Amino acid sequence: MLETDTKLLANLLPPLPKDLQTHVVSVEEFRGEITATVRKEGLRSLITFLKEDPHCRFDVMMDLFAMDYQNYNQETPERFALVYYLVSLLQNRRLRLKVFLSEENPRVDSIHDLYKAANWFEREAWDLFGIQFEGHPNLVRILCHSEFEGHPLRKDYPSDKYQRLKTTAPSEGL
Amino acid sequence: MSEHLLTVSNAEDDLKNIAFTTRLEDFVNWGRKNSLWPLPFGTACCAIEYMATVGSHYDVSRFGAEVVRFSPRQADCLLVLGTVVEKMGPILKQIYDQMLEPKWVIAVGVCASSGGFYRAYHVMQGIDNIIPVDVYVPGCPPTPEGIIYGMLKLQQKITKGGIVRARDRHKIAR
Repeated sequence: MLETDTKLLANLLPPLPKDLQTHVVSVEEFRGEITATVRKEGLRSLITFLKEDPHCRFDVMMDLFAMDYQNYNQETPERFALVYYLVSLLQNRRLRLKVFLSEENPRVDSIHDLYKAANWFEREAWDLFGIQFEGHPNLVRILCHSEFEGHPLRKDYPSDKYQRLKTTAPSEGL
Repeated sequence: MSEHLLTVSNAEDDLKNIAFTTRLEDFVNWGRKNSLWPLPFGTACCAIEYMATVGSHYDVSRFGAEVVRFSPRQADCLLVLGTVVEKMGPILKQIYDQMLEPKWVIAVGVCASSGGFYRAYHVMQGIDNIIPVDVYVPGCPPTPEGIIYGMLKLQQKITKGGIVRARDRHKIAR
């Protein structure tokens, strides 16, 4: 983390413990909204801290979504990114955490036990982008049908490739 | 003699005043077409247009089709109003199968008719892939006048049809 990033973070957030600071790659501010890019190894411990520290209290998870930077017009560290969108009701502040994942091994720790909302968001990211979440209790497709092959929101999925469902019985369970 | 003839001619006149002759098919179809009980399978904006159609301004009860039922057992006209994704297909098929004969299907809007502008990974390219369709109503969404026109077209079709079971009328490709 650069020194300017540390200062920026100190202005915007309660101080992070030293061991967690090493997991933060960079911090950006845009119109008062901060985005921290973090390493995937430290994602879970960082989110745990942000949620449970009495000065942070990022206790609402607004959203989690994946991004595919293939053929993007700017260089990115890796092909995939996950964006965690947290809200602290105590501070009335929003925070985005961004973690880059490689094309070969898009895998990250699940946080379904920290935020219940993450359960379905992670299934969505798996279904549409093929991101693997370690420790997720039920990592199955949530939007596409059960016979679907591939991950349709990846940039290399043909935009008009339509997959028919062979079975005629309605699917069971969520 | 003359008195006897007079009596007969009176009886014919009386009969004309109280009854008319027709074919059984025409009589049954006349009853059917003027008492369609629709089941709205509303999945998108077309369903909003259908709400306007049923409302007092457009007043679909002028055509005897205002008794909207949400149970397939109590309806004979399935209106598919909106986008049907591939995962929804088996549910739509099950609802169609649960409807009692005679039954008809109107595909309202381009999504139900052909997939519309969703030429992508998820949307069924026309509900006629899984169930037989009697009338297609174009539009995105169609105006209430369009939906009423579709219903009138269906009434014409019922008038022309015999008293046969729908399963004999259609060959389902799937």
